[in-house]
Amino acid sequence: MQAAQEQAPSPASASASASASPPPRAHHSQSLAALFSANLRQDRLALTGVVLLTFFLVVGIFAESLAPHGPRERHYDDAGRIRRLEPPSLAHPFGTTDVGRDIFSQVILGTRTALIVGFLAALLVTLVGAVVGIVAGYYGGWPDAVLMRIVDFFYAIPFIPFAIVLAAILQPSIWNIILAVSLLTWRTVARIVRSQVLSIAQRPYIKAARVAGAGHTRIMTRYILPNVLPLVLLEMAFMVNWAIMAEASIAFLGFGDPRLTSWGQILHLNFVSGYWRIAWWWTVPPGLAIILLLLSIFFVARALEAVVDPRLRNR
Amino acid sequence: MDVNRATAAAVIRMENLSKHYPVRQNVRQWLSREHRVVRAVDDLSLTVKRGEILGLAGESGSGKTTTGEMIVRLQEPTSGSISVDGHPLDAASRTDRKRFRREVQMIFQDPYETLNPRFTVYQTVAESLRIHGFRDRGEIARRVLECLEIAELKPATEYLHRFPHELSGGQRQRVAIARAMVLEPKVLIADEPVSMLDVSIRADILNLLKRLRERMGLTMIYISHDLATIKYLCDRIAVMYLGKLVELGPADAVIGQPQHPYTRVLVASVPVADPDYARADIDVDDAPPDQIDLPPGCRFAPRCPYAREACNACDHRLHERRPDQFSACLFTADQWQPR
Repeated sequence: MQAAQEQAPSPASASASASASPPPRAHHSQSLAALFSANLRQDRLALTGVVLLTFFLVVGIFAESLAPHGPRERHYDDAGRIRRLEPPSLAHPFGTTDVGRDIFSQVILGTRTALIVGFLAALLVTLVGAVVGIVAGYYGGWPDAVLMRIVDFFYAIPFIPFAIVLAAILQPSIWNIILAVSLLTWRTVARIVRSQVLSIAQRPYIKAARVAGAGHTRIMTRYILPNVLPLVLLEMAFMVNWAIMAEASIAFLGFGDPRLTSWGQILHLNFVSGYWRIAWWWTVPPGLAIILLLLSIFFVARALEAVVDPRLRNR
Repeated sequence: MDVNRATAAAVIRMENLSKHYPVRQNVRQWLSREHRVVRAVDDLSLTVKRGEILGLAGESGSGKTTTGEMIVRLQEPTSGSISVDGHPLDAASRTDRKRFRREVQMIFQDPYETLNPRFTVYQTVAESLRIHGFRDRGEIARRVLECLEIAELKPATEYLHRFPHELSGGQRQRVAIARAMVLEPKVLIADEPVSMLDVSIRADILNLLKRLRERMGLTMIYISHDLATIKYLCDRIAVMYLGKLVELGPADAVIGQPQHPYTRVLVASVPVADPDYARADIDVDDAPPDQIDLPPGCRFAPRCPYAREACNACDHRLHERRPDQFSACLFTADQWQPR
C-alpha cells in the first residue's frame, strides 16, 4: 500500500499549521467498568454480590493455605476413636463426616473446584458462542443456516444424560465436566450474540466501513465485536453460574471426579452415607456455599445487565 | 434519443442497471416457477457529468437508495453495468476494488447511526486511512485534522477525542463527511444527508456540500425525497418512480415545468422554496403502490390523474420534451387531460 500513500496529494492546504504529531490516545469515556462502578453505588444487591464474590474468590485462590486439614484426613479423639459425625465445634467448625473428615476444609477446597469449573467453562462457552454468533449473524445466508441448525441440534441434547455418558466413555474428571458444559451451552451464547449481530450488521456505520473499504475480518473484529462485547460479558457471567450448577449436579449424582473435592461431591457422599437425615452440618455448609456463590454471581450479572441495557437501570 | 449525450465528461455511467429482490414464496408458487421479485431498480440508464451534482428524487421505495448503494458497491446489481471514470465496476481485481473504494464515497441519512459509537472522531476518520494502508501516525494525524477543518469542524483539535454521543446531529454528519473526504474521492453519494437534521442546520450542510464540489472537484449524487433541498443544491434532477427513471433534466426546469405527471405530483406535494411558485392542485390516489404486482405499462398509471388506455403500452422510454429535459410519459404536458 506504499504506492497509495505516495499518489495521494494533500486534500487541501487548510491547516498547514496542524500538528503533525499523532494525538494522544483517548480513554473510553463510557467504559463499562466506569458505568458498573457508578451503578454499584446505587444498587445494594450488586454491592452485596461483588463483596460475596470477592470473598469466594479469595477463599478459592488461597484454599490450600486456608483449609486447616486435608480433605481426606481422618480425625481421632484422645481415646484414639474416629470422630464420627461430630456436630460443629471449635476444632471442626462444620463438624465431621461419618469417617471423621473435616467438612470445613472440604467446603473451602470445594470453592476452588467450583470457581475453576465455572470460569473455565464459561470462558470456553462464550469464546465459541461469540465466534459462532458473530460469523452467523454477520455473513447470514448459508453459513448462518448451517450454524443455526447445529445450534438447534445441541439444544435438543439433554445435559445430565449427556454428561453422564461422557463421564462413562472418558474419565470422570472436572475437565470432562467442563467439556460437557461447554459442548452444550455455547449454543445459547451463539444464538443471543447472533441476534444482536443481526441488528448491528445493518447499522449505517457498518455500511460506512464497507464503503471505506474495510474487509470482513476488520468489520467483525473492530466494529461488531466491541459492540457485542458487553452482551458477551453478561452472558459469560450467567454461564459461570450455569457451569457451577452443572458441576454440582453431576458430582452430586456421583459422576464427578472422585479424587477431587467439590461441593457436589460432599453432598453426594452425605447422601449415599444415609446420614443426611441427621447430620445437618454435613448438608447445610456445601448447600449454602452453592446458593451464596450462585446468588453473588447472579447479582453481579444483573448489575452488568443494567449497565449493558440502560432501560433496566432504574428497576 | 440519447440521454447520455455528454459521454466524454461522464464520471458515473449506469447502463441498464437493475436490482431485483426475490420475494419469499410458498411451495406452490415455487413449484409453478412463478418467481416473483421486487424490481427495486429496473433498467436504469443514467450518466453523471464531471463536477455535476445530480439529484435523485422519489418517494420511499422508488429505488433511489438502492441505486446509490449499487454505485458504492454495497449491493451488487442483478444486471446492467456501472462504470466510474471509465472503469467498469464488475470484474475488478482486489487492488482495483480497493482503489475504487477511495474514489467513490458515501454519506448516510441517519447521523446517529452513521458513526461507530465506540470510535472517537479521530479514530473514525483515521480508520479510512488505515484501511488504505496508511501507517505513518504523523501523516494520518495531519490528514485527519485537515479533513475535519474542511468539514468545518473548527477547531478540529477540540473534536478529536469526542465520541459520537458527545456530538450534535450536524456535527456527526460533518464527521461522516470528513471520513468520506479523507480518502479524496472523485465521487460522493449523499443519501438523504440532511433529512434527519434540524432545519436550521440543513442549509449549513448543503452549503458545505456545495463548497466541497468547488474545492475538491467532486462529482455528487444527492439522494432525497425533498425537492426543496434538491433544487437548492443540484444541477440536474433524476426522478424515479418504482424503480424506473421517469424524468430527467435541469433542476429548475424539472421543478418549474415538470414533464411527467409524477414529477408534477411530487412538486405539488412538497414545500417548494419559492413562494411565488403557483402550486398545482392535483388529486392523486394516495394508496401506496404495490412493488410486486406492477401494472403492465406505465408504473404510475394506476395513480396518475391523466392515465388513459395508451399508458398500458408505455415502455418508460425517455422522450426529450424540452431542451435537455426528458420524460418517460407518452404525452406532452399540454396533452394531459384529467380522467
